[in-house]
Amino acid sequence: MKTIIISGILLLLGSITSVEAQKYFTREAQVSFFSDTPMEEIEAHNGTSTCVVDFEDQRMEFAVLIKAFQFEKALMQEHFNENYMESHKFPKATFKGKIINPTELSAKKGKQDVEVQGTLTIHGVDQEVTAPGTIEFTKENVMVSSVFTVAVSDYDIDIPGVVRDNIAKEVEITVDATLEPLK
Amino acid sequence: MFVLLSLSFFYRGSVVGQDDLLSLLGEEEETVDYAFASFKANRVINLHSVENTSAGVLDIKISHRFGMINSGFYELFGLDAASIRIGGDYGITDNLTVGVGRSSFQKTYDGFLKYRLLRQSSGAKVMPVTLAILSSLAVETTRWPNPARENYFSSRLFYTHQLIIGRKFSEALSLQLSPTLVHRNLVETEQEAHDVFSLGAAGRIKLTKRMALNAEYIYVFPDQLAPGFRNSLSIGLDIETGGHVFQLHFSNSTSMIEKGFITETTGDWGGGGVHFGFNVSRVFTIRRPDIKE
Repeated sequence: MKTIIISGILLLLGSITSVEAQKYFTREAQVSFFSDTPMEEIEAHNGTSTCVVDFEDQRMEFAVLIKAFQFEKALMQEHFNENYMESHKFPKATFKGKIINPTELSAKKGKQDVEVQGTLTIHGVDQEVTAPGTIEFTKENVMVSSVFTVAVSDYDIDIPGVVRDNIAKEVEITVDATLEPLK
Repeated sequence: MFVLLSLSFFYRGSVVGQDDLLSLLGEEEETVDYAFASFKANRVINLHSVENTSAGVLDIKISHRFGMINSGFYELFGLDAASIRIGGDYGITDNLTVGVGRSSFQKTYDGFLKYRLLRQSSGAKVMPVTLAILSSLAVETTRWPNPARENYFSSRLFYTHQLIIGRKFSEALSLQLSPTLVHRNLVETEQEAHDVFSLGAAGRIKLTKRMALNAEYIYVFPDQLAPGFRNSLSIGLDIETGGHVFQLHFSNSTSMIEKGFITETTGDWGGGGVHFGFNVSRVFTIRRPDIKE
């Protein structure tokens, strides 16, 4: 009986520590996007995004503050917030999903190709997306990166005729994050 | 023991089953949320708005006032005549703008400095208003009407000092007040004041994402101007298209610089003494900001 209780307690403790050690996070994930048309190249960077990954069940979440995107052209940044993304109404873009491939990540393998699936919310619109990426376990950290495209029209973002040739229909999004263990 | 075992699983399960991973990080640090785009341009119509030109941005402005509408069909209701100001504003920093311009009306050159002292914000830092200070200098260069007498260059100088206090009340509504002092080195008669005090009020209502209705009125305190001069009233529509802002308006002022539209407005709205006009603003990014990667 005693041994069972002890083993029970050990199991309890063990489960807690193993779960905790498998969560990683950052508040400084780099998210940038790039729109390329013959008329104009537009890019913006945001280095203050939040990301949490739980390797226990391979869940992954991102939160990206829209106002924190920085553009080369100040007016573009203003229009991005005021007219397109309406950041006063929809301050954040989020992603909530899961690493679906591989189903069991190995912490030892180095850089691994992964596939992530989940709900991407931009401009208040939810879309199911699947994106490729890589995950690399280093001694202390986990590096996460991904490049994928989103269609502007999927997110109810209204682009008027006069600038239709300046803004790409599909925008390339790059994510780069170095996560540290969440204690 | 089953209780314990199941408890341990339950505990484990409850952690895994937590709905929101992001909430594990706790409350986020609050950021300072600055109000932006209170007005589409850094001018309401004639008056400076609370907006500054962003750092590294050159804003080229071409402003036009046609003749007065009551000039009749012969003048095609003013369209035959035109007064123009060509100017450029440059953002040295996000808070400091410098600008120059040249008006065909009275062949006047002008230059200004505009500094934003306070910026409306919410969040980690709360500031209810934006406050800016504007100082401008204007030089008239028309030929001396009476070359025989002794004329001084200083007689052609005009100074304006203005505070601009504005607030973006909502996405749709922004209002501002502009207490102003115009100093004129030379006036025509003894009854006219060298220092003219006035109070401007302006606002905008955003109609759609790319269109806004603007209005401004400048009240000149009594007994400072010669009879016949009126307060300036202008009403306009801003249309924004990418890098351009088109401002179309009606105004009873001919001049587009402070000393002119505040102290030399003669048009009478009641009698159709109103100009149709427009400002076109086009921005160019001269110096690219450092983007934190």
